[in-house]
Amino acid sequence: MAQGELTASAYIKHHLQNLTFGQHPDGTWGIAHGAEQAKEMGFWAFHVDTLGFSFVLGALFLFIFAKAAKRATVDAPSGLQNFIESVIDFIDENVRGSFKGKNPMVAPLALTTFIWIILMNTMDLVPVDWLPYAAQLMGVEYLKVVPTTDPNATFGMALGIFLLILFFSVKEKGFGGFVGELTLHPFGKWMLPFNLFLEGVNLLAKPVSLALRLFGNMYAGEMIFILIALLPWYAQWALSLPWAIFHILIVLLQAFIFMTLVIVYMDMAHQKEH
Amino acid sequence: MTEVQATLFLAGSILMGLGALGAAVGIGTLGSKYLEGVARQPELTSMLRTQMFIVMGLVDAVPMIAVGISMYIIFAVAG
Repeated sequence: MAQGELTASAYIKHHLQNLTFGQHPDGTWGIAHGAEQAKEMGFWAFHVDTLGFSFVLGALFLFIFAKAAKRATVDAPSGLQNFIESVIDFIDENVRGSFKGKNPMVAPLALTTFIWIILMNTMDLVPVDWLPYAAQLMGVEYLKVVPTTDPNATFGMALGIFLLILFFSVKEKGFGGFVGELTLHPFGKWMLPFNLFLEGVNLLAKPVSLALRLFGNMYAGEMIFILIALLPWYAQWALSLPWAIFHILIVLLQAFIFMTLVIVYMDMAHQKEH
Repeated sequence: MTEVQATLFLAGSILMGLGALGAAVGIGTLGSKYLEGVARQPELTSMLRTQMFIVMGLVDAVPMIAVGISMYIIFAVAG
């Protein structure tokens, strides 16, 4: 812990700092020991805690689902298998409702985004100080346990979706068709620059809004948890319980919205209309 | 408290307030249309509810982004 009084502001700032690994200005590689050091490391520094938690949660998701799939049996299915089946049915229903094209990759993509984001968001329900304090006892100075509060994580996912949108648009409509769609809608070819501007903004708004929506929701939620943690001990349960219950809804809702928008964007990329 | 800090606090608060205003009006309208729809056709309740949540997530997006940024301004920038 730091020397002297821990002010409220310092506590908040401490909880908002990721575990950053990068190159210090003097050339040595190491973990940043403060927000200023982390900023000096520049763009090419890694947020080790975000990478670690998202990787572990992704591996957990794959492990559990693969285990259920391998042991899938028609007679007397286990509880886990029933649960996984209901999840898959839910995803299937949603994909069928929104995706009209033919692509075997969309449903697994929807499943992955949904479950992975739910797992990452649920880390926000762990009490604010537990994991960072445990990490501090082991010598790790900063730890942010919710990967989706790091804009890097959400933008990474949104960038992946954006690349998929571009790839499938070009694959389904041809490169000429895709460029034509960008330049000839909604007005004709005489307003080409204007069309390009409108459609370009529309295209870029998709991944940006996807990333920032998830980030904003999770960041605001985590921030309120941190602020509630600053209140006296007798106010903790009165405030953090209702907020945590509300946050469960937000966690599931944001994951569902991300998944639904991914399906809708994939559908828009596959449409060969006009 | 310096003047820059005071201005930053004000900026963050206005950002959050206007975002909340927009979100409240939008979601209120959305909710009222949902209730009207359910009153007309109660058998569509769950389908309409799903659609309402989807659109609510979209309407809420920019105000939520504003909340995130304003929290960042108030706590991480202005101290």
